[in-house]
Amino acid sequence: MGFAMTLVAQNLTCKRGDRLILSGVSFTLNPGDCLILRGPNGIGKSTLLRVLAGLTPPAGGTLQIDADQIAYAGHLDAVKAQMSVADNLQFWAGIYGSGDAGQTAHHFGLDALADRLAHRLSAGQKRRLGLARLHLSGRRIWLLDEPTVSLDTEHVSLFEKAFADHCTAGGIAVISSHLDLNIPGAETLNLGQFRARHQAQSNPFLEDLADAGPL
Amino acid sequence: MLALFKRDVLLAFRSGGGFGLALAFFLILVMFVPFGVGTDRAILARIAPGILWIGALLACLLSLDRIFQLDAEDGTLDVLATSPLPLEGIAAAKAAAHWLTTGLPLTIAAPFLGYLLGLPQAGYLWLILSLLTGTVALSFIGMFGAALTVGVKRGGLLLSLLVLPLYVPTLIFGALTVVRVTEGLEPLSPWMLLTGLSLASVVAMPVVGAMALRANLR
Repeated sequence: MGFAMTLVAQNLTCKRGDRLILSGVSFTLNPGDCLILRGPNGIGKSTLLRVLAGLTPPAGGTLQIDADQIAYAGHLDAVKAQMSVADNLQFWAGIYGSGDAGQTAHHFGLDALADRLAHRLSAGQKRRLGLARLHLSGRRIWLLDEPTVSLDTEHVSLFEKAFADHCTAGGIAVISSHLDLNIPGAETLNLGQFRARHQAQSNPFLEDLADAGPL
Repeated sequence: MLALFKRDVLLAFRSGGGFGLALAFFLILVMFVPFGVGTDRAILARIAPGILWIGALLACLLSLDRIFQLDAEDGTLDVLATSPLPLEGIAAAKAAAHWLTTGLPLTIAAPFLGYLLGLPQAGYLWLILSLLTGTVALSFIGMFGAALTVGVKRGGLLLSLLVLPLYVPTLIFGALTVVRVTEGLEPLSPWMLLTGLSLASVVAMPVVGAMALRANLR
């Protein structure tokens, strides 16, 4: 907590493959802050989250984040289809070495499904199981990529409450979403303003020449 | 790490886990040899060590792409990479689980298939010993290949091409151990080289495997 818990992004540049997507992304998040990333498809919401999670190194700028506190949830649910709901949770509890799988299952309304194999779950139920993992991880910085996709309205509000509770308890959440999320006190960051200017005309040959310097 | 190891072993036995695949392939390959080569017992006994080792190696190769591909497809790998486990630990746990579900069963099956080929009596002990230590190298080197190709869709061919040359020393020393003992020579020196190879890959492969994973997760 304290200083180490702050997430500071300064002038971040993000690349997807060889293509420059975002540049000049800057924000500071203190414990209790929730940031919602908005923007049209392809703007770089997922790319930015992957950079924050440490999966992709930033192409420029500085990022200060406590890597031991990150819990990342991408587009995919990270649910093993051949394992039961309870086994899936138990596995992640073992990996993170924290949390009570049974209690988490109860918290996210997965009690009744505990013995069901994950491949028999609906898309929304899988999503819930994938997100229950975050709660289980006991980590303080949540990075979520479109977390409410395929959830019904009742469960969207359950998740909004879970995110709000997490932030109230001093956690940080960065959430990308194309739907409106009702999280009290959340700030919204529109990524459109950081769109890299040369995005359209990336030409590897020209870049090579530029790197080589004057001929 | 133990949780990941246990889960991987468990999944290998579940549907689609591919536990039986390597064993079935090994059995089929060895059983077909007499049909192709003829039933001359002297010839079969002579080529038995080589056939058994090549069979085990190819059977091992079959299940390599599952090591990381399944976890990459459902997003588990991304989450594991951000978990408290170091990538080196993930790579080591996965290679160890692959050995337990592939290398060990192949080692146990090998003496029975050796009997089918009429492997000379003296060869059995060293066949088991050489496979027991040699398949460790196969799993760990293979894990490295799987880590290199994890982002490639249907990367099986690429994986095989990458890994096969790296398998050659293991094959040479493994088969040589058994050949030498059936010819009445001492098998210890190739076996020690084989074991050294396995130990070296246990140490080095998780490190380079983690580097390959890190590059592929970008």
